[in-house]
Amino acid sequence: MPEILDQARTQVLDNGVGLDEAGVLAVLNLPDEHLPAALQLAHEVRMRWCGPEVEVEGIVSLKTGGCPEDCHFCSQSGLFTSPVRSVWLDIPALVEAAKQTAATGATEFCIVAAVRGPDARLMKQMREGVAAIKAEVDIQVAASLGMLTKEQVDELVEMGVHRYNHNLETCRSYFPNVVTTHSWEERWETLKMVRESGMEVCCGGILGLGESVEQRAEFAAQLAELDPHEVPLNFLNPRPGTPLGDRPVVEGKDALRAIAAFRLAMPRTILRYAGGREITLGDLGTRDGLLGGINAVIVGNYLTTLGRPATDDLKLLDDLKMPMKALSATL
Amino acid sequence: MTELVEPAAAQRWCDRCGEPADTGAHAACQAARELEPPRYCTHCRRRMKVQVVPTGWSAVCVEHGESRG
Ligand code: SF4
Ligand SMILES: [Zn+2]
Ligand SMILES: [Zn+2]
Repeated sequence: MPEILDQARTQVLDNGVGLDEAGVLAVLNLPDEHLPAALQLAHEVRMRWCGPEVEVEGIVSLKTGGCPEDCHFCSQSGLFTSPVRSVWLDIPALVEAAKQTAATGATEFCIVAAVRGPDARLMKQMREGVAAIKAEVDIQVAASLGMLTKEQVDELVEMGVHRYNHNLETCRSYFPNVVTTHSWEERWETLKMVRESGMEVCCGGILGLGESVEQRAEFAAQLAELDPHEVPLNFLNPRPGTPLGDRPVVEGKDALRAIAAFRLAMPRTILRYAGGREITLGDLGTRDGLLGGINAVIVGNYLTTLGRPATDDLKLLDDLKMPMKALSATL
Repeated sequence: MTELVEPAAAQRWCDRCGEPADTGAHAACQAARELEPPRYCTHCRRRMKVQVVPTGWSAVCVEHGESRG
Protein backbone atom coordinates (compact mmCIF):
# COMPACT_ATOMS: atom_id res chain seq x y z
CA MET A 1 0.00 0.00 0.00
CA PRO A 2 1.52 3.41 -0.95
CA GLU A 3 2.45 5.51 2.05
CA ILE A 4 0.03 8.29 1.16
CA LEU A 5 -2.94 5.92 1.35
CA ASP A 6 -1.78 4.60 4.73
CA GLN A 7 -1.47 8.17 5.94
CA ALA A 8 -4.90 9.04 4.54
CA ARG A 9 -6.49 6.05 6.23
CA THR A 10 -5.54 7.38 9.65
CA GLN A 11 -5.75 11.09 8.98
CA VAL A 12 -8.83 11.29 6.78
CA LEU A 13 -10.83 8.15 7.43
CA ASP A 14 -10.25 7.84 11.18
CA ASN A 15 -9.82 11.50 12.12
CA GLY A 16 -11.77 13.36 9.43
CA VAL A 17 -8.89 15.67 8.57
CA GLY A 18 -8.46 16.25 4.83
CA LEU A 19 -5.18 15.80 2.98
CA ASP A 20 -3.13 18.93 2.31
CA GLU A 21 -1.84 19.99 -1.11
CA ALA A 22 1.19 17.67 -0.98
CA GLY A 23 -1.00 14.75 0.03
CA VAL A 24 -3.48 15.45 -2.78
CA LEU A 25 -0.61 15.63 -5.25
CA ALA A 26 0.69 12.25 -4.06
CA VAL A 27 -2.76 10.74 -4.70
CA LEU A 28 -2.97 12.38 -8.14
CA ASN A 29 0.40 10.85 -8.97
CA LEU A 30 -0.45 7.32 -7.84
CA PRO A 31 0.30 4.72 -10.50
CA ASP A 32 -2.66 2.96 -12.11
CA GLU A 33 -2.28 -0.19 -10.05
CA HIS A 34 -3.05 1.75 -6.86
CA LEU A 35 -6.07 3.58 -8.26
CA PRO A 36 -8.59 0.95 -7.06
CA ALA A 37 -7.22 1.23 -3.51
CA ALA A 38 -7.42 5.03 -3.64
CA LEU A 39 -11.04 4.89 -4.85
CA GLN A 40 -11.94 2.32 -2.21
CA LEU A 41 -10.48 4.50 0.54
CA ALA A 42 -12.23 7.60 -0.81
CA HIS A 43 -15.48 5.64 -0.79
CA GLU A 44 -14.96 4.58 2.82
CA VAL A 45 -14.24 8.20 3.74
CA ARG A 46 -17.43 9.34 2.05
CA MET A 47 -19.49 6.61 3.78
CA ARG A 48 -17.96 7.41 7.16
CA TRP A 49 -18.20 11.21 7.04
CA CYS A 50 -21.19 11.79 4.73
CA GLY A 51 -23.15 8.54 4.80
CA PRO A 52 -24.67 6.49 1.98
CA GLU A 53 -27.21 9.09 0.77
CA VAL A 54 -26.74 10.66 -2.62
CA GLU A 55 -27.95 14.20 -3.25
CA VAL A 56 -29.70 14.48 -6.59
CA GLU A 57 -30.01 17.80 -8.39
CA GLY A 58 -31.40 19.17 -11.61
CA ILE A 59 -30.14 22.38 -13.21
CA VAL A 60 -31.61 24.76 -15.72
CA SER A 61 -30.44 27.80 -17.59
CA LEU A 62 -32.66 30.82 -16.96
CA LYS A 63 -30.62 33.00 -19.29
CA THR A 64 -28.44 31.28 -21.85
CA GLY A 65 -25.56 32.69 -23.91
CA GLY A 66 -24.43 36.23 -24.65
CA CYS A 67 -22.25 36.47 -21.54
CA PRO A 68 -19.74 39.36 -21.58
CA GLU A 69 -17.07 37.29 -19.78
CA ASP A 70 -14.40 35.23 -21.53
CA CYS A 71 -14.09 31.96 -19.60
CA HIS A 72 -12.20 30.02 -22.26
CA PHE A 73 -14.14 26.79 -21.79
CA CYS A 74 -17.58 28.34 -22.05
CA SER A 75 -19.87 28.15 -25.06
CA GLN A 76 -22.06 30.85 -23.51
CA SER A 77 -19.51 33.63 -23.74
CA GLY A 78 -20.61 36.21 -26.28
CA LEU A 79 -16.96 36.85 -27.13
CA PHE A 80 -16.36 33.59 -29.02
CA THR A 81 -17.83 32.29 -32.26
CA SER A 82 -19.85 29.64 -30.44
CA PRO A 83 -23.15 28.57 -32.02
CA VAL A 84 -24.98 29.09 -28.72
CA ARG A 85 -27.47 31.95 -29.05
CA SER A 86 -28.84 34.12 -26.29
CA VAL A 87 -32.21 32.98 -24.95
CA TRP A 88 -34.32 33.46 -21.80
CA LEU A 89 -36.50 30.83 -20.18
CA ASP A 90 -39.97 32.07 -19.23
CA ILE A 91 -41.44 31.44 -15.79
CA PRO A 92 -43.97 28.74 -16.73
CA ALA A 93 -41.15 26.78 -18.40
CA LEU A 94 -38.94 27.31 -15.34
CA VAL A 95 -41.63 25.97 -13.02
CA GLU A 96 -42.18 23.04 -15.38
CA ALA A 97 -38.44 22.24 -15.29
CA ALA A 98 -38.54 22.32 -11.48
CA LYS A 99 -41.53 19.97 -11.51
CA GLN A 100 -39.78 17.54 -13.83
CA THR A 101 -36.72 17.64 -11.61
CA ALA A 102 -38.76 17.03 -8.46
CA ALA A 103 -40.51 14.12 -10.18
CA THR A 104 -37.18 12.27 -10.34
CA GLY A 105 -36.96 12.49 -6.55
CA ALA A 106 -34.28 15.18 -6.71
CA THR A 107 -34.12 17.57 -3.76
CA GLU A 108 -32.15 20.35 -5.43
CA PHE A 109 -33.01 22.61 -8.33
CA CYS A 110 -30.36 25.09 -9.40
CA ILE A 111 -31.24 28.09 -11.55
CA VAL A 112 -28.29 29.31 -13.59
CA ALA A 113 -27.72 32.43 -15.69
CA ALA A 114 -24.89 33.22 -18.09
CA VAL A 115 -23.94 36.64 -16.77
CA ARG A 116 -21.06 38.44 -15.10
CA GLY A 117 -23.47 39.23 -12.32
CA PRO A 118 -27.24 39.82 -12.15
CA ASP A 119 -28.88 43.02 -13.37
CA ALA A 120 -32.29 44.30 -12.31
CA ARG A 121 -34.07 42.28 -15.02
CA LEU A 122 -32.48 39.03 -13.90
CA MET A 123 -33.16 39.68 -10.22
CA LYS A 124 -36.81 40.38 -11.07
CA GLN A 125 -37.04 37.16 -13.08
CA MET A 126 -35.46 35.30 -10.14
CA ARG A 127 -37.85 36.82 -7.63
CA GLU A 128 -40.86 35.80 -9.69
CA GLY A 129 -39.42 32.45 -10.68
CA VAL A 130 -38.37 31.34 -7.20
CA ALA A 131 -41.74 32.42 -5.76
CA ALA A 132 -43.59 30.48 -8.47
CA ILE A 133 -41.50 27.36 -7.85
CA LYS A 134 -41.96 27.57 -4.09
CA ALA A 135 -45.72 27.90 -4.54
CA GLU A 136 -45.99 24.80 -6.71
CA VAL A 137 -43.02 22.47 -6.23
CA ASP A 138 -41.48 20.72 -3.24
CA ILE A 139 -37.81 21.24 -3.91
CA GLN A 140 -34.89 23.26 -2.58
CA VAL A 141 -33.89 26.15 -4.83
CA ALA A 142 -30.25 27.03 -5.48
CA ALA A 143 -28.87 29.68 -7.82
CA SER A 144 -25.80 30.46 -9.88
CA LEU A 145 -25.84 33.99 -11.24
CA GLY A 146 -22.21 35.04 -11.26
CA MET A 147 -20.65 37.68 -9.06
CA LEU A 148 -22.96 39.35 -6.56
CA THR A 149 -23.18 42.57 -4.60
CA LYS A 150 -23.99 42.41 -0.91
CA GLU A 151 -27.52 43.68 -1.68
CA GLN A 152 -28.05 40.89 -4.17
CA VAL A 153 -26.81 38.30 -1.68
CA ASP A 154 -29.35 39.59 0.82
CA GLU A 155 -32.10 39.58 -1.78
CA LEU A 156 -31.43 35.96 -2.70
CA VAL A 157 -31.56 34.98 0.96
CA GLU A 158 -34.89 36.77 1.24
CA MET A 159 -36.24 34.90 -1.79
CA GLY A 160 -35.45 31.64 -0.05
CA VAL A 161 -32.50 30.55 -2.20
CA HIS A 162 -30.73 28.16 0.15
CA ARG A 163 -27.47 27.52 -1.70
CA TYR A 164 -25.40 29.60 -4.08
CA ASN A 165 -23.08 28.18 -6.70
CA HIS A 166 -20.07 30.15 -7.79
CA ASN A 167 -17.22 28.07 -9.15
CA LEU A 168 -13.61 29.11 -8.80
CA GLU A 169 -13.19 26.89 -11.89
CA THR A 170 -9.48 26.25 -11.41
CA CYS A 171 -6.63 27.05 -9.04
CA ARG A 172 -5.55 30.59 -8.41
CA SER A 173 -2.24 30.24 -10.28
CA TYR A 174 -3.88 28.95 -13.47
CA PHE A 175 -7.02 31.12 -13.46
CA PRO A 176 -5.53 33.98 -15.55
CA ASN A 177 -4.90 31.45 -18.35
CA VAL A 178 -8.61 30.65 -18.42
CA VAL A 179 -10.37 33.94 -17.68
CA THR A 180 -9.13 37.48 -18.31
CA THR A 181 -12.28 39.55 -17.80
CA HIS A 182 -12.38 39.07 -14.03
CA SER A 183 -10.12 37.66 -11.35
CA TRP A 184 -10.08 34.64 -9.09
CA GLU A 185 -10.08 37.06 -6.18
CA GLU A 186 -13.32 38.67 -7.36
CA ARG A 187 -14.92 35.24 -7.35
CA TRP A 188 -13.54 34.59 -3.87
CA GLU A 189 -15.15 37.87 -2.69
CA THR A 190 -18.59 36.71 -3.78
CA LEU A 191 -18.05 33.36 -2.08
CA LYS A 192 -17.13 35.12 1.15
CA MET A 193 -20.31 37.21 1.08
CA VAL A 194 -22.41 34.15 0.36
CA ARG A 195 -20.84 32.31 3.29
CA GLU A 196 -21.47 35.26 5.63
CA SER A 197 -25.11 35.46 4.55
CA GLY A 198 -25.85 31.98 5.80
CA MET A 199 -26.56 30.54 2.35
CA GLU A 200 -24.78 27.28 1.68
CA VAL A 201 -21.68 27.70 -0.47
CA CYS A 202 -21.37 25.56 -3.58
CA CYS A 203 -18.02 25.94 -5.29
CA GLY A 204 -16.12 23.69 -7.64
CA GLY A 205 -14.62 23.79 -11.05
CA ILE A 206 -13.54 22.07 -14.21
CA LEU A 207 -10.64 19.70 -14.67
CA GLY A 208 -8.86 19.42 -18.00
CA LEU A 209 -8.45 23.13 -18.78
CA GLY A 210 -4.73 22.62 -19.36
CA GLU A 211 -3.74 22.88 -15.69
CA SER A 212 -0.84 20.73 -14.47
CA VAL A 213 -1.27 17.94 -11.94
CA GLU A 214 0.38 20.22 -9.38
CA GLN A 215 -2.24 22.86 -10.16
CA ARG A 216 -5.01 20.32 -9.70
CA ALA A 217 -3.62 19.66 -6.23
CA GLU A 218 -3.38 23.40 -5.62
CA PHE A 219 -7.05 23.74 -6.59
CA ALA A 220 -8.15 20.98 -4.21
CA ALA A 221 -6.25 22.67 -1.38
CA GLN A 222 -7.80 26.05 -2.16
CA LEU A 223 -11.28 24.55 -2.20
CA ALA A 224 -10.57 22.79 1.09
CA GLU A 225 -9.58 26.13 2.57
CA LEU A 226 -12.89 27.62 1.42
CA ASP A 227 -14.65 24.56 2.90
CA PRO A 228 -17.76 24.66 0.70
CA HIS A 229 -20.91 22.76 1.53
CA GLU A 230 -20.80 21.34 -1.99
CA VAL A 231 -18.11 20.89 -4.64
CA PRO A 232 -19.32 20.22 -8.19
CA LEU A 233 -16.61 18.54 -10.23
CA ASN A 234 -16.80 19.05 -13.98
CA PHE A 235 -14.57 17.60 -16.66
CA LEU A 236 -13.95 19.71 -19.73
CA ASN A 237 -16.29 18.93 -22.57
CA PRO A 238 -14.48 20.93 -25.30
CA ARG A 239 -17.03 23.22 -26.95
CA PRO A 240 -16.79 24.22 -30.61
CA GLY A 241 -15.73 27.82 -31.12
CA THR A 242 -14.24 28.31 -27.65
CA PRO A 243 -10.49 28.81 -27.08
CA LEU A 244 -10.40 25.38 -25.40
CA GLY A 245 -12.49 23.75 -28.12
CA ASP A 246 -9.61 21.57 -29.32
CA ARG A 247 -8.34 20.38 -25.95
CA PRO A 248 -8.34 16.65 -25.33
CA VAL A 249 -10.76 15.32 -22.75
CA VAL A 250 -9.41 14.19 -19.38
CA GLU A 251 -8.32 10.54 -19.35
CA GLY A 252 -10.80 8.38 -17.47
CA LYS A 253 -8.22 7.18 -14.96
CA ASP A 254 -7.02 10.73 -14.28
CA ALA A 255 -10.61 11.78 -13.68
CA LEU A 256 -11.09 8.98 -11.16
CA ARG A 257 -7.78 9.80 -9.47
CA ALA A 258 -8.99 13.38 -9.12
CA ILE A 259 -12.31 12.26 -7.63
CA ALA A 260 -10.52 10.19 -5.00
CA ALA A 261 -8.01 12.96 -4.29
CA PHE A 262 -10.68 15.68 -3.93
CA ARG A 263 -12.65 13.44 -1.57
CA LEU A 264 -9.54 12.81 0.52
CA ALA A 265 -8.98 16.58 0.67
CA MET A 266 -12.58 17.27 1.72
CA PRO A 267 -14.03 14.35 3.68
CA ARG A 268 -17.33 16.05 4.59
CA THR A 269 -18.28 17.99 1.48
CA ILE A 270 -21.03 17.06 -0.95
CA LEU A 271 -18.88 16.04 -3.92
CA ARG A 272 -21.02 16.24 -7.00
CA TYR A 273 -20.55 14.72 -10.43
CA ALA A 274 -21.37 17.62 -12.72
CA GLY A 275 -20.78 18.14 -16.45
CA GLY A 276 -18.53 16.09 -18.71
CA ARG A 277 -18.69 12.75 -16.92
CA GLU A 278 -20.44 11.10 -19.87
CA ILE A 279 -17.69 12.25 -22.25
CA THR A 280 -14.72 11.56 -19.98
CA LEU A 281 -15.82 8.37 -18.29
CA GLY A 282 -18.66 6.92 -20.33
CA ASP A 283 -21.52 5.04 -18.71
CA LEU A 284 -19.33 2.96 -16.42
CA GLY A 285 -17.64 6.03 -15.00
CA THR A 286 -20.71 7.10 -13.09
CA ARG A 287 -20.62 3.84 -11.12
CA ASP A 288 -16.86 4.09 -10.51
CA GLY A 289 -17.19 7.64 -9.25
CA LEU A 290 -20.07 6.82 -6.91
CA LEU A 291 -17.89 4.07 -5.49
CA GLY A 292 -14.88 6.37 -5.27
CA GLY A 293 -15.94 9.41 -3.26
CA ILE A 294 -18.80 11.02 -5.20
CA ASN A 295 -22.03 11.47 -3.22
CA ALA A 296 -24.12 13.73 -5.44
CA VAL A 297 -25.14 13.88 -9.07
CA ILE A 298 -26.73 16.25 -11.54
CA VAL A 299 -29.39 14.26 -13.32
CA GLY A 300 -30.78 14.88 -16.76
CA ASN A 301 -29.48 17.58 -19.05
CA TYR A 302 -26.96 20.32 -18.35
CA LEU A 303 -27.18 23.96 -19.40
CA THR A 304 -26.32 23.71 -23.09
CA THR A 305 -25.49 20.01 -23.44
CA LEU A 306 -27.39 16.82 -22.70
CA GLY A 307 -26.77 14.23 -19.98
CA ARG A 308 -27.74 10.61 -19.70
CA PRO A 309 -31.40 10.00 -18.89
CA ALA A 310 -32.16 10.59 -15.20
CA THR A 311 -33.67 7.10 -15.02
CA ASP A 312 -30.25 5.54 -15.78
CA ASP A 313 -28.66 7.32 -12.83
CA LEU A 314 -31.57 6.52 -10.52
CA LYS A 315 -31.42 2.84 -11.47
CA LEU A 316 -27.69 2.86 -10.78
CA LEU A 317 -28.26 4.32 -7.30
CA ASP A 318 -30.77 1.58 -6.71
CA ASP A 319 -28.31 -1.10 -7.87
CA LEU A 320 -25.63 0.35 -5.60
CA LYS A 321 -28.11 0.48 -2.70
CA MET A 322 -27.40 4.16 -2.23
CA PRO A 323 -30.57 5.97 -1.12
CA MET A 324 -31.38 9.36 -2.57
CA LYS A 325 -31.23 12.08 0.04
CA ALA A 326 -34.79 12.90 1.07
CA LEU A 327 -36.15 16.43 1.15
CA SER A 328 -36.84 16.23 4.88
CA ALA A 329 -33.15 15.53 5.49
CA THR A 330 -32.18 18.75 3.76
CA LEU A 331 -34.61 21.09 5.51
CA MET B 1 -41.68 20.80 -36.43
CA THR B 2 -43.60 23.28 -38.48
CA GLU B 3 -44.47 22.28 -41.99
CA LEU B 4 -41.81 22.98 -44.55
CA VAL B 5 -42.47 25.15 -47.55
CA GLU B 6 -39.80 23.35 -49.56
CA PRO B 7 -39.40 19.76 -48.45
CA ALA B 8 -36.73 19.28 -51.10
CA ALA B 9 -34.50 21.64 -49.17
CA ALA B 10 -34.46 19.33 -46.13
CA GLN B 11 -31.16 18.45 -44.46
CA ARG B 12 -28.98 20.79 -46.46
CA TRP B 13 -26.87 21.76 -43.49
CA CYS B 14 -25.35 19.85 -40.59
CA ASP B 15 -27.30 20.78 -37.45
CA ARG B 16 -24.15 20.69 -35.31
CA CYS B 17 -21.41 22.45 -37.28
CA GLY B 18 -23.52 24.35 -39.80
CA GLU B 19 -21.47 23.17 -42.80
CA PRO B 20 -23.07 21.64 -45.93
CA ALA B 21 -24.50 18.25 -44.98
CA ASP B 22 -23.45 16.55 -48.20
CA THR B 23 -19.79 17.55 -48.12
CA GLY B 24 -17.17 16.92 -45.48
CA ALA B 25 -17.33 14.44 -42.65
CA HIS B 26 -20.08 14.77 -40.09
CA ALA B 27 -19.66 11.43 -38.33
CA ALA B 28 -18.12 13.22 -35.34
CA CYS B 29 -20.99 15.71 -35.40
CA GLN B 30 -23.50 12.89 -35.40
CA ALA B 31 -21.75 11.19 -32.49
CA ALA B 32 -21.58 14.47 -30.55
CA ARG B 33 -25.29 15.09 -31.17
CA GLU B 34 -26.12 12.19 -28.84
CA LEU B 35 -25.20 14.55 -26.00
CA GLU B 36 -25.97 17.90 -27.60
CA PRO B 37 -29.04 19.62 -29.00
CA PRO B 38 -28.93 20.87 -32.60
CA ARG B 39 -27.55 24.38 -33.10
CA TYR B 40 -28.09 25.13 -36.83
CA CYS B 41 -31.27 24.84 -38.83
CA THR B 42 -30.77 22.03 -41.36
CA HIS B 43 -32.89 23.88 -43.91
CA CYS B 44 -31.38 27.36 -43.87
CA ARG B 45 -28.23 27.19 -41.69
CA ARG B 46 -29.52 29.88 -39.31
CA ARG B 47 -28.29 29.54 -35.73
CA MET B 48 -31.32 28.48 -33.74
CA LYS B 49 -32.52 29.68 -30.33
CA VAL B 50 -31.99 26.57 -28.25
CA GLN B 51 -33.31 26.01 -24.75
CA VAL B 52 -32.13 22.96 -22.82
CA VAL B 53 -34.20 21.82 -19.82
CA PRO B 54 -33.54 18.82 -17.52
CA THR B 55 -35.63 16.44 -19.58
CA GLY B 56 -35.34 17.77 -23.12
CA TRP B 57 -34.60 20.67 -25.44
CA SER B 58 -36.29 22.90 -27.97
CA ALA B 59 -34.70 24.66 -30.93
CA VAL B 60 -36.34 27.47 -32.87
CA CYS B 61 -35.47 28.74 -36.34
CA VAL B 62 -37.21 32.04 -37.06
CA GLU B 63 -37.98 30.79 -40.57
CA HIS B 64 -38.58 27.07 -40.11
CA GLY B 65 -40.12 26.83 -36.67
CA GLU B 66 -39.48 24.70 -33.63
CA SER B 67 -38.10 21.22 -33.17
CA ARG B 68 -37.92 19.35 -29.86
CA GLY B 69 -36.08 16.44 -28.40
S1 SF4 C 1 -19.19 33.94 -16.50
FE1 SF4 C 1 -20.24 31.95 -16.69
S2 SF4 C 1 -21.53 32.11 -18.52
FE2 SF4 C 1 -20.06 33.80 -18.58
S3 SF4 C 1 -18.40 33.05 -19.87
FE3 SF4 C 1 -17.84 32.62 -17.72
S4 SF4 C 1 -18.61 30.54 -17.32
FE4 SF4 C 1 -19.60 31.26 -19.21
ZN1 LIG D 1 -21.21 18.67 -39.01
ZN1 LIG E 1 -34.33 27.51 -40.79
